[in-house]
Order: sequence, then structure tokens, then C-alpha cells
Amino acid sequence: MEIPKSFLGYKRENGRAGTRNHVIILPVDDISNACAEAVANNIKGTIALPHSYGRLQFGADLELHFRTMIGTGKNPNVAAVIVIGIEPKWTKRIVDEIAKTGKPVEGFHIERTGDIGTIMKASKKAQEFSQWASEKQREECPLSDLWISVKCGESDTTSGLASNPTVGNLMEKLEPFGVHLCFGETSELTGAEKVCAARGATAEAKEKFMKTWNAYNDFILKEATDDLSESQPTAGNIAGGLTTIEEKAFGNFQKIGNLKFIDVLEPAEEPTKGKGLYFMDTSSAAAECVTLQAAGGFNIHLFPTGQGNIIGNPIEPVVKLTANPLTAKLMKEHVDCDVSKILSREMNLSQAGDELIKTMLRVANGRLTCAEALGHREFVMTKLYRSA
Amino acid sequence: MSQPDLIIHDEKDNVGVVVIETTKKGQDCSAWIMENDKTVKVSSMNEVPLGHKIALQDLKEGDTILKYGHDIGKVVKPIKKGEHVHVHNVKTKKW
Repeated sequence: MEIPKSFLGYKRENGRAGTRNHVIILPVDDISNACAEAVANNIKGTIALPHSYGRLQFGADLELHFRTMIGTGKNPNVAAVIVIGIEPKWTKRIVDEIAKTGKPVEGFHIERTGDIGTIMKASKKAQEFSQWASEKQREECPLSDLWISVKCGESDTTSGLASNPTVGNLMEKLEPFGVHLCFGETSELTGAEKVCAARGATAEAKEKFMKTWNAYNDFILKEATDDLSESQPTAGNIAGGLTTIEEKAFGNFQKIGNLKFIDVLEPAEEPTKGKGLYFMDTSSAAAECVTLQAAGGFNIHLFPTGQGNIIGNPIEPVVKLTANPLTAKLMKEHVDCDVSKILSREMNLSQAGDELIKTMLRVANGRLTCAEALGHREFVMTKLYRSA
Repeated sequence: MSQPDLIIHDEKDNVGVVVIETTKKGQDCSAWIMENDKTVKVSSMNEVPLGHKIALQDLKEGDTILKYGHDIGKVVKPIKKGEHVHVHNVKTKKW
């Protein structure tokens, strides 16, 4: 298949391009959710991103919170941002960082005004942003404007046999076009950690990966009360035939094909070393992982599933594929790309990779994913430890 | 290129994955090895559902299960060739 050289995206002020054109209402903290949701309800063409945290966090945990908030606002799939927090200082910090992209952003704080006054002020600005964004048109963008993140979920053995290798095939074919790529799921590489570390493009990348994995593994060993059975692998994984974390890890690892990763990113960190594949330190829980990757600036996501994970994200479209014929049949409304014919050998891996490229480009050009059509907007902050 | 009943990732693997809805007891299964495109035969001892594994050889307690050509866990109960391999007879070496 000849791979198209471009897609239709929204060009942003900082030179990046989006596959979506969202106006988001971003609460800084849990107690500002009601206000943000009221604004999104008032003004059509906006979405609120409620979440559960943002108060009394400190240290690395607080920095991750800010990085996630700021990165979400900066993501090129977002045209404009309203930030609402309880108090002015943290609100302003987020607004100022998002403003560096050049996109419209305005902050509001609730203290000394109350919900109703804040909703009124923020709604007026949100209306302005929504109508402004609605005039943005899609333009031809080079393929290199695609920043593609990947994560698998509710995996089974068909993931490692076919749907994850299909993603790997897409990566191998698109890397020469200068795309950014990102995989994560630190804990789910357990068993394959040494094989994965060997894929670091430099000694520094290899070392950074092992350090990151060791830190996660030490934490799991410290906190675990049993062998993690039913957590890793999950009950769904086991029902699908996956027996151990090692088996799951080698299946997971198929998603990067034969590529090498050039750097290891902190959770929600934006890559700065140019095109190519990055590993991001993330949880293996689907919504947490995709939220972090979106905050890192990735604008389209590929999600292979075995038993049928249904996750979506509010700003980054999540393209789902499966090679499990039962999932493809019984959960059809969640499957954007069916590659189950690989198992019956009616389709080879390269053909499946081509199908996924086609599906992904249709979504990049504007086709709603199954998760978007079904209203999946899981926005889940990763929390590192207890609040103060 | 007929439809396989099982797929084996790597020539070194001692398990194969069922890729039909279920195997029947005593079914003579054709297993396709992805790595070298060869096909081998194994008789399924149990009804094994889609996605689950079948042993390609006899395995004793303490043996290592190989899939993708890599170590994916240890045998904790003896397994006969053709038997269902899962959490009842294999455990992780991690955690």
C-alpha cells in the first residue's frame, strides 16, 4: 500500500497540528468540577474535564498534577482553554504555561466570587472561544504532525499474537515519515524488562529505562499483599488465556515492532528529542496511561484490546483494534479496526498494518472513533502518593 | 494456507495458543509456527477455549514455559503434552 503523505488537521499557533478542535473547560482541582461542568453545559461546543485531585498535593506528586493540567491544555487537539480553580495562584500558573503555545486561554478563580459569578464570567469567555474555534478549518498537514501514542488493554493472547504486532507493523511503516511515537505501561513490561531495555537507542536510554522499571518494581514489591493475582494479569486477561505477567509483557512489547526508543519520559512529559519512539513511565491502567500520553502532546492513540476494553479520552481520539473474533463480533460498537482474520490466516500482518493506517488516518481526518461516538471521556489523573 | 487450530510464536516455544472457538477433547490440532512457517500436529487432551494454551510436550514441575521464545513462568504441576496450560499449572517467576 502506498502510504498517504498527509492528513487534514488543525494548524495551531505553535506549529503543531491537531486531529481535533476542542474547547476545554479545565478544573484545576476537584472542588472546581461543578463550576467547570456548569460552564460546559451552558456553552455548546465546549467540554469539561472533571477529575478527582488538585488539593494539598506536594513535591513530585504536585508537579505531575501541574504537568498533566498544563500538557492537556497545550495539546494541539485543543483549540482554546478555560481554566477554573478555587484560588488564583495555581490557576494562573496553569494559564501562563498554556498561553506560551499562543492559543486562547483564560483563567477564573472561585474564591471571593462563588460558583454562580464565576460560571457567568467563564461562560461569557467560553462562548467567545467556542464561536472562534468553530471557524477553524482543517488543512493539509504532513504525516510528521501525527504524534501517535499506544497502549493495550484487557489483553488476551490474541493481543500478543496479532493486534499488538499490527500496531508494531504500523510503527515500522510510519517511523520513516518522521512521526512521534510513544509507548508506556512500566509495570506491564515486567518479565520482558531486559529485552525492552535492550531496545534503547543509546546507553543512556537503556539505563534510564532500567532505572524507571526498577523503581516501579520496588514499589510494587513493597506494597503488594499477595502475588497481584487478579490485578496483573487481570481477571479479564486470565479469562482470555493470559497466565502470567511475563506472558502479558512479551505480548505488550509487540506493539513497538522492531523499533528502538530514543528517550524515557517522565509521566506527562513532552518529548523534546525530535521524531521517533519514546517510552513514557506510566501506570498500566488504561485511562491513566492515555491521560498522561495526551498531556505529553500526543494527538492520536492506538489501543489494541483482546477481551474488549472500552476506554476513550476527552481530547485524544482512541482508535481501538482487536484480533479476538469474539470481541469483534460481540462488542462491535467498540471496535474501529477488526484484524481477527490474522488468526485464521486470511490476513497477514502487513495487510493488518495497512488497514490500521487507513483507519487511523480516517480518524485523524475527523471520523469519530467508536469511543467518541459512545461518549467515552475518561480523564484520570495519576497520583503518586498521599496528599498532605 | 489452511486455518490453523493453534498458533505457536517461536520454534523454541513449548506451548501453542488456540485460535479457534474451542478445541474438542482428542482433537488432532494443526499448529502453525509463525517464526518458520512450519506446521506441527498436537492432540488436545481437553476442551480448550480460544486464546488459551496447550502444551506441545510433557512438562514437569519446575520446568520453564517458553512463549515468544522467552521465559513466561514456571510449571507448578506436571503437564502432559496436549493438556491445557494456565493458572492451575503455571505461575509467574516475578512478584
